[in-house]
Amino acid sequence: MADRVPLVDYLVLSEDPRLVARECERCAARFFDRRNACASCGATTFRGVDIPRTGTLVTYTIVSVAPPGVAVPFVAAVVDCGGTAVRGNLVNVAPDPGRLTPGMELRLTTVSVGTDGAGTEAVGYGFEPA
Amino acid sequence: MTQDVWILGISMTKFGKHRGKDTVDLASEAALAALADAGVGMTDIEVLAAGSLMAGTSAFGQQLQKQIGQTGIPVYNVANACATGATALRTVIMAIKAGEADLGLAVGVEKLSGAGLLGPATRRKESDTWVPDGRFGAVAPLDGRIGTESMPGVFAQIGLEYGHKYGGADFELFARISEKNHAHSTLNPLAAYSKRFTLEEIMNDVMIAYPNTRPMCSANCDGAAAAVVVSGTRLRALPLEQRRRAVKISASVLTSDPWREGCQVLPDVNTLTRQAAARAYEQAGLGPRDLDLVELHDCFATAELVHYDNLMLCEEGGAVDFFNSGATWRDGKTPVNVSGGLESKGHPIAATGIANVWEICHHLRGEAGDRQIEGARAGLAHVIGLGSACGVHVLEKAAV
Repeated sequence: MADRVPLVDYLVLSEDPRLVARECERCAARFFDRRNACASCGATTFRGVDIPRTGTLVTYTIVSVAPPGVAVPFVAAVVDCGGTAVRGNLVNVAPDPGRLTPGMELRLTTVSVGTDGAGTEAVGYGFEPA
Repeated sequence: MTQDVWILGISMTKFGKHRGKDTVDLASEAALAALADAGVGMTDIEVLAAGSLMAGTSAFGQQLQKQIGQTGIPVYNVANACATGATALRTVIMAIKAGEADLGLAVGVEKLSGAGLLGPATRRKESDTWVPDGRFGAVAPLDGRIGTESMPGVFAQIGLEYGHKYGGADFELFARISEKNHAHSTLNPLAAYSKRFTLEEIMNDVMIAYPNTRPMCSANCDGAAAAVVVSGTRLRALPLEQRRRAVKISASVLTSDPWREGCQVLPDVNTLTRQAAARAYEQAGLGPRDLDLVELHDCFATAELVHYDNLMLCEEGGAVDFFNSGATWRDGKTPVNVSGGLESKGHPIAATGIANVWEICHHLRGEAGDRQIEGARAGLAHVIGLGSACGVHVLEKAAV
């Protein structure tokens, strides 16, 4: 199997790919980016926490016009995974408002982003109907 | 007791395409017109705050001074996304309240015609080798791969989230909000676009990010706005004619977005607007029911709906019923965006937060012509800069 790298560092590629948030050790606020301190309470220590692989659709849009280099249409969404909001695209579902209902059950899946000049595959994530 | 502050003069240029004018030309036009409207000159001004996100300089205010008057006063060059104009105004208000000046000038300007879709300021290049970069350790651009960073899509999600939470908001409802604002714009000679659209035309236009079609998005255009602010002490020494046209700034508030779960995933434009509104009503000693008109930040039709609620113009969760009641049309009980709003008047970013104050002042002075809201005594102007910053100003007609 060729080398694989995650599209973002909070995506862990394993048998069961999952998202790992940085959780503030003091107030439990969760973040996906590299942190300097907690935006909620100011503490500076964090622990990694696995985000549930299933969730429900909070909101979405179907992007039809985007800057050059961004393939359209795609469904951009916010998914509630056990109380943590996650940004991601909806995949394996038609970009049709009739097929997308806030509250619908979703599960995490991986999506190939492409292969670089060295043969390494980048892998991203999305959510598909559960 | 802190100093009371007033708008003494205010102006906006025509919004639209100004091919023969650059950013400094437009800012000068607005500033000189505001000074003339105030009956003062640049030599009377003691503080200047200026904003232009696209001017490409960190000393835009000084460029403006070099055209209209280098008097040695302090200049604050401000930037706060789409709240830049409101921030310039608020900066001058703070200087006057602090007792450092009696007269100040705030200017916002943008050349934005043909700018197209607004989204991330910088987009990283695709690379031939995956190298983690940035705060997410991303090996490729994330816009379109992990959600959207473009404004129509961000605000579409904000509107649909509200619709899901409280019900009743579908594509057609958002399109009808846009229909209202375009209808209002037909009475505004300074609007970039003043064409009335049918509901069908709006819904069948180019879809940008569902449910926002093109006419449901703010219009990129050129424009400038400027305001002369005066202390109550100085105003009382001025002739009756100037005092009569002065407009009281009953509240001036700027907030940023407090942390909430999910706010770094999808911007929360609600909490900071609600907090700004609550503080503004308290400062002004007025409530939403006292407002004769409201100019709010309809950068997208989906945004207008949530701000009915955030500004407490309706009961919490009641924005859909409030709109459906006809309340926000110009003949309704709380007219919203009688200027045509950002969707048709246009949104030259840094000018917007002063232009909406101009609109309110125009009505409070009884000078709004065909679109005058009769007997207007109080109004509210609201802007949101994504990131986020929220400016709210409450204005009242002079009592003299």
